[in-house]
Amino acid sequence: MNDTLTLLGFGATGWGDDLARGVLVTVTLSLATLPIGLCLGFFLSLAKQSEDYLLKLSADIFTTIFRGLPELLTLFLVYFGVNAALKSVSEATGLPGIALSSFVCGMVALGVVFSAFASEVFLSAFRAIPHGQREGGLALGLGRAKVMLLVILPQLIKIALPGLGNLWMNLLKDTALVSVIGLADTLRQAQIAARVSREPFLFFGTAIVLYLVLTILSSFVIGGIDRWTKRGEVAK
Amino acid sequence: MSGNTPVLAAPAAPPQKPKIAGIVAIGVWIAIAIAFVVYFARAFDVTLIERFGSAYLGGLWVTVSLVAISFVFGALVSLPVALGRMAKNPIARALAFAFVYFFRGTPLIAQIFLVYYGFGQFHDFFEAIGMWWFFREAWYCGLFSLALNTAAYQAEILRGAIESVPKGQWEGGRSLGLSRQVIFFKVIVPQAMIVGLRPYANEIILMIKASAIVAIITVYDLFGVTRQAYSRTYDFQTYVWAALLYLIVVEALRHATNWAERRLTVHLKR
Repeated sequence: MNDTLTLLGFGATGWGDDLARGVLVTVTLSLATLPIGLCLGFFLSLAKQSEDYLLKLSADIFTTIFRGLPELLTLFLVYFGVNAALKSVSEATGLPGIALSSFVCGMVALGVVFSAFASEVFLSAFRAIPHGQREGGLALGLGRAKVMLLVILPQLIKIALPGLGNLWMNLLKDTALVSVIGLADTLRQAQIAARVSREPFLFFGTAIVLYLVLTILSSFVIGGIDRWTKRGEVAK
Repeated sequence: MSGNTPVLAAPAAPPQKPKIAGIVAIGVWIAIAIAFVVYFARAFDVTLIERFGSAYLGGLWVTVSLVAISFVFGALVSLPVALGRMAKNPIARALAFAFVYFFRGTPLIAQIFLVYYGFGQFHDFFEAIGMWWFFREAWYCGLFSLALNTAAYQAEILRGAIESVPKGQWEGGRSLGLSRQVIFFKVIVPQAMIVGLRPYANEIILMIKASAIVAIITVYDLFGVTRQAYSRTYDFQTYVWAALLYLIVVEALRHATNWAERRLTVHLKR
């Protein structure tokens, strides 16, 4: 028992500070990916409802590809594919070569996957808002952008929130995959600690508990946002 | 007045001509498609197919069989868990809730690592109870984690589907003098399956995607074979092949689901 406490403790003898840094990387990556995924997903859902069939088709192709591919494969495609492309570009043009770090690769891959799923959530939320809301806004003389911002969006967030909450949980868990391409996140730190200390059960168990804590915290936050979006409704 | 805008008249005639945004978007995809065709035409190598073609098919088979077997075992485990979630007994409910929350709230890759690397620490214990042959093999460890993971998700699908059947169906069955078991299997489950079909199919698709993780613990599934082929050739097209195979499998499943749903709900259409 004492050994366990030493191993998980902070400082030179324990792995506690390494794990804590890993958790910070996990949270940072998730939070950095979220805005990309949300914005891209929102515009994809607009494209899917557009009357322009070419735009609709393009958005559908995007969703089909990135919803169908395993997240791990998407990550590797970005990691090897984009880096190889960047390298050949720099060789062809003579510009100094740049390589994407595993953090950026994780952001791109997970953001793209998130947006493919989020576009479907937004799309069904758009469909749940009656046409009269838009028409009412236009009848009041608001411009199209204002109608979207002041009338549609507040209702959209309320309807889409449960679905987006699930996607956030998936995103948080999917960040663990980025450890495979070398990002020093929670799982990666646990792996290193397990190998060095020869206590794999302890450290992978700790990593799982840490992820569980993050999920539970997230569900409290999402619950809070949910109550906030529903503050205008009658209490039940 | 600005209130009298042409916006009100617009919906009558949808634009027939594609607009600039659509042309640009589809143009990007066409460019990507052409780039891929050119890339494949230049990089295509018959010896690669000779070297790895059968390995890819073998990997695909490992993926499919792993998902199929763990889906079936997961379904078996999910039944008591779903019943526990719906039980009146608070202990059964708490246990079932904890099971579901644990497996849905943590990454599958961490669960797989815990089983494959972590359980090895209790080698003597598993040897003593005669289970070491199971937890020694990466394939079985992957199967074990995948089955428990999908059991948690399937339990929620099952619960949602059963609870979607109105209470009157139970009461109607009881008033006909049927036993609880007969009502459950002959009245409730068939109706619940219509609701559950789509979530179940989605779960299979999610499992096919998630099963790629077992490649990290040295199982040679489709993704494992791909990684091996890439590490031997450093040829990026190995990953593109895998992507195409995964997309074909997932799309086939999606279309099969749509077809099955149309068949099952034929009596509900007017």
